[in-house]
Amino acid sequence: MVCKDNALLLHGYSDAELDLVRSLEIEEHLKTCASCARELREQHILREGIRSANLYRRAPEALRARITANQNAVPTPAGGRSRAVTPILRTAQRRPVLEWLAVAAAVLITLGLGIRFIPGVLSFRQADLVAEELVASHIRSLQPGHLMDVVSTDQHTVKPWFDGKIDFAPPVRDLAEQGYPLIGGRLDYVGGRDVAALVYQLRKHYINVFIWPDDGKQGNRPEFVSKEGYNVACMSSGGMRLCGVADTNAEDLRQFMQLLLR
Amino acid sequence: MQEETRGISGGTSFELVVLPHLDAAHNLARWLVRNPHDAEDVVQEACLRAVRFFGGYQEGNARAWLLQIVRNTAYTFLEKKRPGDLTEEFDEKVHITEIVRPDAEAALLQSVEKLMLTEALEGLPVRFRETLILRELEGLSYKEIAEVMDVPIGTVMSSLARGRARLRETLLAARDKEVQRGLQR
Repeated sequence: MVCKDNALLLHGYSDAELDLVRSLEIEEHLKTCASCARELREQHILREGIRSANLYRRAPEALRARITANQNAVPTPAGGRSRAVTPILRTAQRRPVLEWLAVAAAVLITLGLGIRFIPGVLSFRQADLVAEELVASHIRSLQPGHLMDVVSTDQHTVKPWFDGKIDFAPPVRDLAEQGYPLIGGRLDYVGGRDVAALVYQLRKHYINVFIWPDDGKQGNRPEFVSKEGYNVACMSSGGMRLCGVADTNAEDLRQFMQLLLR
Repeated sequence: MQEETRGISGGTSFELVVLPHLDAAHNLARWLVRNPHDAEDVVQEACLRAVRFFGGYQEGNARAWLLQIVRNTAYTFLEKKRPGDLTEEFDEKVHITEIVRPDAEAALLQSVEKLMLTEALEGLPVRFRETLILRELEGLSYKEIAEVMDVPIGTVMSSLARGRARLRETLLAARDKEVQRGLQR
């Protein structure tokens, strides 16, 4: 039997990741415990098996060439905002037939649904454009020096900071206890108007929350969009529209937004 | 944010930070999405994000930083295209039972072949798979793996322990089956 207390540490030991004191303890233990010694031996065999089986999958030359070519074709200045929405073309190139079928289907559906639904389609598109702007703004905010205008973990400092800068009072809450410390705020410009942006941190990720008075233009239902690898989650509450943007997974972001609106 | 990284232009960042670690990026993506075409898409997307994201690059460990982006991109891809891949549960009751292993098993493990190993690794739930790939193939330290996966170091150690246990059992089972097939012939 593997000794329960040591089962985990044995991995740390065989990976040479334990501190000196613990390593010595394990070494002492191994002298007298045959099952741990065998466990260690098997770990070693398995590790050698994996390392010697030639399982490493190097980047194909064609991929390397394509990436280098892409990079050279689109020089990136330090403040490269214009690149923010550069799409990847490859998927489309690979499945042209499917792409065209999708377009054809979309056209047919739009025609089939008739004029009654066109306003709905338009507001969808508008929401999509806003999401695109939000993502671009999020990316820009991550460039050095852009993240915050007011740096504070205190909601009572951040909230008054917006006074006189915008014509509404954004709801500011600290969620440090729930694991999302508020770290600051700034003014931003999205969808043709000034908006408040609050910056929260989740582990090493930043979440930008953009807030503006809900004028109903973008609809007030919860909306979740994924763009360029970023997730956008929008919800309405108390007459305000709140959109969170982050590169965390969609579920983490949704949970965060629900906490924020609670 | 360190001063010297601020001044680096996108092109330089790409040459210094991304290109040297393209093999690592591809290796991780390939093992995470388990398909050559999707892996290339993920790597390309991750490279774009890396260039855009350069402002967030602070410390000297370019490989871990890039791998973190690759990982997030791969997870976003899986969430969208194959959510089932992310919800595979690790059945503790079945797999963590203590088995009395005869020493002959060490010999069995030793004779495991590449194909069998690949299949067993690809069969692991994604979180265990990625920890093992980062550790055994990429040779990252626990600290670097914790950075890439955005989890505490303790979680790295326990994921490795559970992943290895599961891998070993899968390999032994596959090996057993093969031996029995051989006997029946």
